Parts: sequence; structure tokens; C-alpha cells
Amino acid sequence: MNGDLNNILNFITMAVLASAPLLLATLGEILTEKSGNLNLGVEGMMFMGAIAGLGAAYRYEQAVTLAGGAPSAMVATIIATIAAAGAGALGALIYAFLVVTLRANQNVTGLTLTIFGTGFGNFFGELLGKEAGGFVQVSAATKAMFSSLHFGALSNIPVLGPLLFNYNWMVYFSLIVMGVMAWFLAKSRRGLNLRAVGENPATADAAGVNVTLYKYMATVVGGALCGLGGMYISMSSTACAGVWVHDCVNGYGWLAVALVIFAMWSPTRAWICGLVFGALLVVRNYYPIPGLPMQIYSMFPYIATILVLIFVSIFQVKEYAQPASCGLNYFREER
Amino acid sequence: MTRTHEPFVRVVKRTGIQRRKAVLFRVLALFCALLMGGLLVALLGYNPFQMYGDMISGAIGKTLIAVNKKGVLEFSTSAQATLKIMTLLLVTALGLTMAFKMRFWNIGGEGQILVGAICCSYFAVHYGDTWPQWLLLSMMFLAGCIGGGIYGLIPAFFKAKWGTNETLFTLMLNYIAISFITFLQYQPSWQMSGTTFPKIRDFSVTTRLPEVLGVHIGWIIALILAVLAFLYFAKTKHGYEITVVGESANTAKYAGMNVTRIILRTMFISGAICGFAGFLQVSGASGTLTTDTGGGAGFTAISVSWLAGMNPLLMVVYSCFIAVLQRGSNRIQTTMGIPKSAADMLTGIILFFMLGVEFFINYQLIFRTRRVGGEATL
Repeated sequence: MNGDLNNILNFITMAVLASAPLLLATLGEILTEKSGNLNLGVEGMMFMGAIAGLGAAYRYEQAVTLAGGAPSAMVATIIATIAAAGAGALGALIYAFLVVTLRANQNVTGLTLTIFGTGFGNFFGELLGKEAGGFVQVSAATKAMFSSLHFGALSNIPVLGPLLFNYNWMVYFSLIVMGVMAWFLAKSRRGLNLRAVGENPATADAAGVNVTLYKYMATVVGGALCGLGGMYISMSSTACAGVWVHDCVNGYGWLAVALVIFAMWSPTRAWICGLVFGALLVVRNYYPIPGLPMQIYSMFPYIATILVLIFVSIFQVKEYAQPASCGLNYFREER
Repeated sequence: MTRTHEPFVRVVKRTGIQRRKAVLFRVLALFCALLMGGLLVALLGYNPFQMYGDMISGAIGKTLIAVNKKGVLEFSTSAQATLKIMTLLLVTALGLTMAFKMRFWNIGGEGQILVGAICCSYFAVHYGDTWPQWLLLSMMFLAGCIGGGIYGLIPAFFKAKWGTNETLFTLMLNYIAISFITFLQYQPSWQMSGTTFPKIRDFSVTTRLPEVLGVHIGWIIALILAVLAFLYFAKTKHGYEITVVGESANTAKYAGMNVTRIILRTMFISGAICGFAGFLQVSGASGTLTTDTGGGAGFTAISVSWLAGMNPLLMVVYSCFIAVLQRGSNRIQTTMGIPKSAADMLTGIILFFMLGVEFFINYQLIFRTRRVGGEATL
């Protein structure tokens, strides 16, 4: 009985951990798509954030050690966070400039951003690795900052402790972002404007909303969130945990794009659906279905997404559909 | 006189641009991209001239084409590798262009390549040792095309019937195909006999395509295919229908065209050509099936098609260009210690510039000047 309970608890914990980077990137992409920009560069921006976060923390530690000081793990964490968000935002800024100002095709630009970002991440990852003599990794203290927190007595409560108070800070951070974004899109004036821009930019423009500014802001902030999602992979995920692994993002960005559809463009649903995706990713380790080969499990998230796509299109649910202008550029002169 | 609030810069659509000027703009953009890549490399402490030089020599080899030890004329080892990448990119780009001309965003090229490769591998695995080569190769060819075609047909069906978003649909199908290959790697009947290592075995020599100048014959087929695709778009009824549906599905309907049929047919062809690329990979380039059989070509080819303005003949040039970059980056890794991921980054930078320059080809910037009524244009 106790073993069963532990299995369930471990399964849920792992699912939550697996869902956190997806949630951050998905929230970023939801914000981007709400402005009418379908940015397929999520994977690229995650790569940029992943290496920028890890690289910045590493460089900071090296610099302080060289100067004879002791690097602070807290400062390293803050620097990593700023760098990761900045790198993601930079990728998104390139995208926004090409798409919004220079009116380039969204699909092609997004895919190009993925090619660029993947190259960017692996290039600097290897370069830093060469500099560090083998592979690049942050100090043990910084690694500890990105592993699970302990809330003293709270974490020791049976069942609830491991279930609620046993994650790294980025998991809680992603939940806060989710809450803020849900409020922003549904309740705030600016959120309403943003949704108007995504649904019908001409109408929003006529109503006096600065369409260009909204598109830029949403895309860049969205990119920053994708960058943080990438940092989660390079710093907090069990596969990397503060060490640069070649090709570490490995399709997570595309999963996030899928998750946006699965969540039907709602931040709160993104959380729930993110948990479902996370569970699908790790379920094979805890509850293997007899007769079902292990490798088939990795198809589940994509099949689920296709089913949602078909469902939404057959029943024409406007509320659950992609923002109407998504994928199309807006030119004021060409109305 | 009242002061008018004239904006600092206005954007006006060009009515037409001289061909020469458009080409000049593109060449200039390419130059800027290479300059930017060079600057980045220089900032990191490498010699950019050496990098570009090594890239080109790494992609072409000492001599592009020479008589080998056996007295047979063939491409240099490096050029062979470049040509293989180019073939894959070109065929895939031609396939995707079918769909793009119709404004159907098929970004599932990778999946269609892989499903084509899976279907033809089925014959290679089960009949590789028993069937005669001509029968085996024909069946593999057919299986590759039909497999890829059907995989392209699935999203087309839903698009035509319910308007399901094809961009995201085709994207998801890529990953299902990749997972399926992983699954096959664990099937004993697909592995090398006597091992349990998750890898599909190398296929027998009878599954391999004949070679011309040291590279599988696919590269010649690809060039012929480019000409055929050009004629298909420019000269046939089908090509015309695709363009009309792309411009406006309603116009096509009023003109009495069967839009559903055109979408389904075109996506089948699009997927089939990508599946054919998969067949070329299995039967020509690698002789086995891995999750990397597509090599990301399904994505890179989108850029090739787009850069070439969907002109099949120009795609030959651009696929060659990207192939040189990708292959050349292997060389700079060994000679200069620059990670080969530099190729991806450089490809990205070039594409960014090429995407950006289209704006200046299609639009004119008019700057405000001090002089009343004066204008400066770009």
C-alpha cells in the first residue's frame, strides 16, 4: 500500500517537474499568438535562453573566482534568469522586427528563428565547453539553487509535503506567471486591447490601439518566457541540471507549440494541459500499459494535439479557436 | 502656410521593380549576412576569411571532380557529401512548393520524408535478400511515394473538409513519424539479427541505387524533377488550378473548379515527392533508416523554397548554397575548432537578411526632407 502511494506521489511530482518548462514556453507562445503572431521559433528561443542562462551564470562564477572572490549562488541565479529572459526576448525581437515592421512571412520567419536559435545554443554551448576544457557546468552551489526547495516543516507533511512543497523555484514561478497572465488577458484593459489586436487588428487600430506596439510587446515578453523555459531545461531538468548537454531542448519547443493548441489559448488550461503532457511524458516509468511498447508513449502528446485541432475545427468553437488574425500580418495601408 | 504633420518615413508599395535592382538588393543582403556572420566569428577571435575559405574548400574538396584510383571519373569525397545534402534539400523543397503555391502550409515535410522512408524500408527489411534488384527498387520507390503521399493527404483531408489548421497539423505529424521510427528500432525483425541494440540494420546492397560520378543517381533525378516542377507550374492545367486555389478558394469555386479535389491531389503529390526524398535517403544516401534520415531537411527546405520565391529552377541554386554551408561547417570544426553548429546559426542569419530584404523589394521608403515637398527615396 505504501509503495503504491509512493509511486503515485513520485509520478505526480515528476509530471509537475516535466510540465514546468512546457508551461513557461506555452504561456509565452499564448501571449505571442494573442497578438496575432504565430511564432514557430519557440524551440529556437528556448535554446537561446538555455545557453544564455547557463553561460551567464558560468561566466559570472569564473570572473568572480578569477578576481579572488567567492561567487554567490543567489547572484548567479539572478544573472542566469536575466540573461535567459533577455536571450529569448532578443530572438523574439528579431522575429517581431521581420514580421511586424518588415512584413515577412510568419511561418518562414519562425522556422528560421528555430534554425538560428538551435545553432546559437549548440554553438555557444560547445564553445564554452571547449573553454572550460570538456564541458561547461555551473558550481554546485548554483546547481543547488535550481534543485528542489525545502520549506522546513511544510515539506515534511505526509503526502501534501512532497506534493506541494518540494519543487524548485521555477515551478512556483511558472505558476505565478500563469496566474498573472490569466488575470491580464481576462480582466485588464491592456489584455482586452491585446486580444482585440489578435482577433481583428484593423478594428483595434480604428479604436486607437497601437497595434504595432502591442504586437512587439507581446512577442518580446512571450519570447522572454520561452527563454526562461529553456533555462529550466539547462539548469533544473534532471537530464542537464546545470551542465550543457548538446541538443538539450530537443523538441520541447514544438511540444509547447502543440500545448498552446491543446490548451486552446487559455493560460489556466495551459497549466492543466501542461500537467497532462508532463504526465504523458513520464507515465511510462510509473504505469506502463501492458502490451504497449515504450516508444509509442512519446507520440501521445502529438496525437492528443491533433485530436484537439480536429475537434475545434469541426465544431467551430470560436471561443476555443486560434486568434482570428493569427499567422497574418497587418498592413494599415492594405485594408 | 499651415504645417502638415508629415511622417519621417512613409512606406509605399512599389508598382514594379527592375529585375536588375531586385537581384542587386538580394545580393547585397546576402553580402550583409556574410559580413555579419564574419564579424561574429571575428569577435570570438577567429579569422573570418579563413572560415569562409575553409567552408568552401570543405564542401567542394581539392578538385571538384577527378579520376579516382580505379580509373573512374567521380566527384571528390567532400563534393559527394555536399551533393547528397543538396539532393535531399532540393527534392523536399520541390515537394513542399506544390503545397505552398496553393497557400497550404505544409511544414510536415520531415514527417513525409520519414514515412516515405519507413514504407520503402519495409520492403528493404523483408525482401532485401530475396527479390531481384529491379523489382525491389521499383517497389521501394512506389512505397516511398505512396507512403509520403498518404501522410500528406491526412491533413489535406481535414483542411478541405473542416478547415482544420494545416500548419499545426502537419507539424504534429512530424513527431509522430519520428516516434514511430524509434519504435521500429526496438523491433527485433528490423534490427541486425543476433543483437538487441536499438538500431535498424543496414540494408543489403540490392536496395542501393546506382551511382553516377560517385553519388547515387538521385541527384540527376532531382535536377530533372526541378525542370518538371517548373513546367508543371507554368504550363499545365493542374499548375494553373493550384495558383487559383492559392489566390482565392472562392474564385476557384466560382470558376467551377473542384477545390476539395485540387487540395487533396496537390497535397498527395507534395507528400509523395517528400516521400520520394525519403526513398532517396534510404536507398541512395544512407542504406538504412534512422530518426535522422530526414536530417531536418523538412524544415530547411521550407526556407529554400521561400528564398527561391517558389521558383523550382532557383531552388537548385539555393539548395546548393545551403548544402555548401552545412557540409563546409564540418571542415571548419576540424581545421579551426569552430563548432559545426555555426552552420545553423549562419543559415539563420542569411535567412533573416533574405527575409528582410523582400520588404525593400516590395515597398519603397520615402523619407521626409527639410525642403518643402522634397522627398528622398530608398
